[in-house]
Amino acid sequence: MAKVPVQFTLNGAEKAEFIDSGTTLLNALRDKIGDTSPKGGCHQGTCGACSVIIDGELRLSCLTLAETCNGAAITTTSGLSEGGVLHPLQRAFLDAFATQCGFCTSGMIMAAKVLLDHTPNPSRDEVVEALSGNICRCTGYEPIIQAVLTAARSNSQNAA
Amino acid sequence: MELRKSYFADQRKDDLHEIGQPRPRSDSPGHVTGKTAYFADRNFPGMLHLKMVRSPHHHARIRSIDTSEAEKHPGVVKVLTAKDVPHNVYTILILIQIGPEDETVLADGKVRWKGEAVVAVLAETERAAQEAAARVKVDYEVLPAVFDMEEALKPGAPIVNEYHGRNYYLYDSGECRKVRFGDVEAGFAGADHVLEQTYQSSPIEHAPTETTGCIVAPEGNDRFTCYTNTQAMFFTLDNASIILQMPGNKLHFVGGTVGGGFGGKVDVIVEPIAILGAKLTGRPVSFIYSREEEMQISSPRAAEKVVIKDGVMKDGRIVARKVTGYTDAGAYSRHSPYGAQKGAGHYPGPYTIPNVWIDTYCVYTNRTPSSAMRGFGVTIGDFALEVQMDKLARLIGMDPLEFRFINAYRDGDMKAHRQPTEGAALIECMQEASRTANWPVAEKFMAMSSYAKGA
Ligand code: FES
Ligand code: FES
Repeated sequence: MAKVPVQFTLNGAEKAEFIDSGTTLLNALRDKIGDTSPKGGCHQGTCGACSVIIDGELRLSCLTLAETCNGAAITTTSGLSEGGVLHPLQRAFLDAFATQCGFCTSGMIMAAKVLLDHTPNPSRDEVVEALSGNICRCTGYEPIIQAVLTAARSNSQNAA
Repeated sequence: MELRKSYFADQRKDDLHEIGQPRPRSDSPGHVTGKTAYFADRNFPGMLHLKMVRSPHHHARIRSIDTSEAEKHPGVVKVLTAKDVPHNVYTILILIQIGPEDETVLADGKVRWKGEAVVAVLAETERAAQEAAARVKVDYEVLPAVFDMEEALKPGAPIVNEYHGRNYYLYDSGECRKVRFGDVEAGFAGADHVLEQTYQSSPIEHAPTETTGCIVAPEGNDRFTCYTNTQAMFFTLDNASIILQMPGNKLHFVGGTVGGGFGGKVDVIVEPIAILGAKLTGRPVSFIYSREEEMQISSPRAAEKVVIKDGVMKDGRIVARKVTGYTDAGAYSRHSPYGAQKGAGHYPGPYTIPNVWIDTYCVYTNRTPSSAMRGFGVTIGDFALEVQMDKLARLIGMDPLEFRFINAYRDGDMKAHRQPTEGAALIECMQEASRTANWPVAEKFMAMSSYAKGA
């Protein structure tokens, strides 16, 4: 099958690959580029485990064709910590027991990051709404909601 | 959380320094940074993808299987049928001598539930495997199916599983697990009230966020590494060893990181066939359930039916309990004979009842095989028992919590299955619940202890 070139930045680094046309961004990231932080829980847009950020917007990488991402800036959970220091959301998920099996976690963190990037001090309802596309079967959601609210508070303290 | 030191003061050590302290989970840093390696996070050059051809019928004879079109499909490397599996008929609990072997890895001559694996297709890409699977032709003769446990137990019902020859599991105690304690009929005769109720549940799917699967890599020395999300590592290794007729030292299982299991990943389903594929092709093999397979194919919690008959006195004592429990195993045993057996021991609940009669049946139907899920064998039973307890309390006009205090088991009480009660803490738990839920009970119940009767 003829290959298609794709080129984008992933967590700030230039990436270029030849892929089969029709390859999802999820499979391109995981199988070609080797970033396995986005997870495939359904491959049909229903669980949110594959969530990534493309040019500032939350996207389901299982429903995004890799070839449509040429020139894009892509962020995944594996790129959030800097120099070994956890991002406030990562810290908050860790401290608040917001992760059990962890399979939903990187998608949750992506959804939460887009929320906080746009709405630094969200209400609880806004957090619930922002996470509504992400399924977690283990934690029961409440610790996750609390972690996002905690991260928002620590962000605003740092900014102050 | 407050630790009440007055409970079991003579058994307490006050140098406990972990309880009540938050401790970070050792796996969380990996989870929040996306570094935790789940089985599917491995990728091997030349990896093949396995897709299953599944039965569209609940019960059918297989007249013929034609894989020729699938084999010709571009990208297909291998097509496996029952004859390729060294020991095709197995049962997972054979490791603890619970037979007979009653399930096929790939269907041989018959399918017994809708979704049963018939042919495995291995191809260069997932898509090629999927397309080729659709080209396998299976000629079925549809047979009458049975979906209801009571129907299945009637004489003349279609036989679901010939390896059993009857639609129930034959225990060494006969057609069901039995508990006999005291004289239940005398208990009913002397009771102020008798209440019989029936409780039923449907199958429940665990729906883990990560679907069931494994990746197998040949090590080049006739050994195979299997990266898996099984919840039962050695159990799976041993069963794979039986199915593949391969010594266990040829199999290297890597796992322990599970993206949600809840009991749904203790069956031995994906690993043996993926290892076989890797052995016969010499290539790494990935076999991962689609979301649809996870929901439709993986074992659910069994459907159950529980009939409870209780004799109760006006003063609150339960004097007799008779329970008939039915566990719907679906078409194959898997863990269900064990689940039904657990129910037999459990149905008196945490209560001391002098006259008990329990029968629990493990029934075969043409439904998806059921298996383990969080407290299987007792969870649905607990639902039924506690609803029954509320109904009994209402019947005699008693507070439901006080009713439970009266019947709660305490140290030294003999349980119906002849295990003396030890280390009971139900009284104390209910005292805490009474305080926490602000559901007051009479002072005499708050003064009770699990240690001694008559306090
Ligand atoms: S894998 Fe993309 S939404 Fe589930
Ligand atoms: S922690 Fe398991 S799915 Fe969310």
